Amino acid sequence: MFSYTIRRLGSLIPVLLGMALIVFMMIRAIPGNPAQTILGQQATATAVAALTKDLGLDKPWHIQFWSYLKGLFSGDLGVSLRTRQPISQEVWPYLAATMELALVAMIVAVFIGVNAGIISAWFQNSWFDYIAMIVALIGVSMPIFWLGLMEQYVVALQFDLLPTSGRDNIRDPVQAITNLYLIDTLIAGRFDQFFEVIKHLILPGFALATIPMAIIARMTRSSMLEVMRSDYIRTARAKGVKMFWVVYSHSLKNALIPVVTVIGLQTGLLLGGAILTETIFGWPGIGTYIYDAISYRDYPVIQSGILVVAFLFVMINLFVDLLYAAIDPRIKYK
Amino acid sequence: MKSPIIEVKQLRTSFQTDDGSIPVVNSIDFHVSPGEVLGVVGESGCGKSVTSLSIMGLVDARTGKVEGEILFKGDNLADASEKKMRKIRGNEIAMIFQEPMTSLNPVFTIGQQLTESLRVHRKWGKKQAAVRAVEMLKLVGLGRAEELLKQYPHQLSGGMRQRVMIAMAMICEPELLIADEPTTALDVTIQAQILELMKDLNKKTDTAILMITHDLGVVAEMCQRVIVMYAGRIVEEGDVRSVFQNPLHPYTVGLIQSIPDMRVKKDRLYSIPGNVPKPGSQNLGCQFAPRCAHAMSRCISETPALTNHENGQKVRCWLYEDGKGAGIHDSAIS
Repeated sequence: MFSYTIRRLGSLIPVLLGMALIVFMMIRAIPGNPAQTILGQQATATAVAALTKDLGLDKPWHIQFWSYLKGLFSGDLGVSLRTRQPISQEVWPYLAATMELALVAMIVAVFIGVNAGIISAWFQNSWFDYIAMIVALIGVSMPIFWLGLMEQYVVALQFDLLPTSGRDNIRDPVQAITNLYLIDTLIAGRFDQFFEVIKHLILPGFALATIPMAIIARMTRSSMLEVMRSDYIRTARAKGVKMFWVVYSHSLKNALIPVVTVIGLQTGLLLGGAILTETIFGWPGIGTYIYDAISYRDYPVIQSGILVVAFLFVMINLFVDLLYAAIDPRIKYK
Repeated sequence: MKSPIIEVKQLRTSFQTDDGSIPVVNSIDFHVSPGEVLGVVGESGCGKSVTSLSIMGLVDARTGKVEGEILFKGDNLADASEKKMRKIRGNEIAMIFQEPMTSLNPVFTIGQQLTESLRVHRKWGKKQAAVRAVEMLKLVGLGRAEELLKQYPHQLSGGMRQRVMIAMAMICEPELLIADEPTTALDVTIQAQILELMKDLNKKTDTAILMITHDLGVVAEMCQRVIVMYAGRIVEEGDVRSVFQNPLHPYTVGLIQSIPDMRVKKDRLYSIPGNVPKPGSQNLGCQFAPRCAHAMSRCISETPALTNHENGQKVRCWLYEDGKGAGIHDSAIS
């Protein structure tokens, strides 16, 4: 298991290298010059040329890529062209904001999705099953930006129940320590702020949770239905085990592998792909960070931001693979 | 004769299909006395397994319906509540299934599965149950019992798994053990060992056994009495000795003739022509008539009753209508 983990971590290097190369090439295919963007439309050609040289963007692309790689191996993600700050320092608050939101959304999605799937399978063809699966179908097909806008319109504007955007009350900002505001407010002992942060999390969290919740519910249901037809489930019932435990212990543990796979993939997607939700709810997350960088042609930020997201994605997948072995004793990694 | 431990009267189990309600088990009566081994034989699809699932209350209530009486210690299990059935299953009536390879849950250890009945029915603690589990594993002839408790089903051979299944069924000392083709999936030498073990346990613990099988050899080896089922009905019943020496029903005769005899060299082994009719496909007359060499016009139009014959044998056939047994013996059996 240990040596397997090490080997898997080793195999991440070529994956990330390839990733870095693709992103590097792609952003240079986008029309536009960073120096021009930074200086504005009125800048003189000489000023633009000087800044281009200054930023090192006049060198051949393979030399630029090589110096970028050298930086990566020493833990240097580069410097933002726009803010002139090291990205490795700058990225964390954004990443933390995304992680907090994604984690809350995933906890809700997993809890409701898995349980809805289990109960639907348990009482197959019941009214609960029908309603849950219709809701899930709507959930998967719902455009997330539309759901987000509707939430804002109804909950925030019409009824004024929850804030429409941001992570905290701008008149009483949270003192960042870890940048995970739920933790920061608790450390500071500011329970009023803690609830304020929760209030800010509800709408984007719900919007973000919808699709994974629906996918998880459908996957859990189909996996459970298959398992519950097995001989060993009949054995468990023949032993006089309560149906609740037959379902939640004997069946669920067997049905979990595809469910965990989906949860892992969805978590990875939320960490990187929450750009729509973050934009709608003014959430200062990694999606917003990369989105802004693209409009400013901030090459190093785009490169490193995507690389960080890709890294998280593959790490989650590795974790899921290791989890398989913990769930199913027949899976052994050598 | 001791009073029976279980008495089944007019049991009828039918399943709801698109073509209406179709009986799979049709008005069967039998009883099992303490310490007795009753064999139930018949081809695949004649209702043997459904009979056992009806007794266990494991027929899916959404599609199946169990009518009649299943008297167990004064209670009618056919209309008992799920809660009551749960207390009986695995505790007073236990079951062994046909497929040892798939009847154990792959993600739980042998120990967890073996001790479950004790923990559910007797509320025993982990340690106490483990001690008893080790005893049981030794009783069914498995060595290294302590080690075995920590192993998973996939680490065991088919024969070992069936021994575990038997240990699991016997651990709460049930009064009735239903064995549904317990040796079918095993190879011949293991079959003999498993039968020997069950015979042994039957003698030691006085547990009554309902032995469901299609193998007449198993019946001859294990049972005192036998009932022969065909298309959901009992067609013959009696002492194993009488039935084997003097089979009455043409179906029983056919089954016995189908056993290969090593002393006689034949080019082709005997088999009863045709197949078991699909449940519900034939309502009038004797179900066996289309395959019977002795069928008369009456057999097609009228259903014979199960009538008493000599030596307590019962048969459902028009050939024995008057109880004299003019029958087929002069002509058919040499």
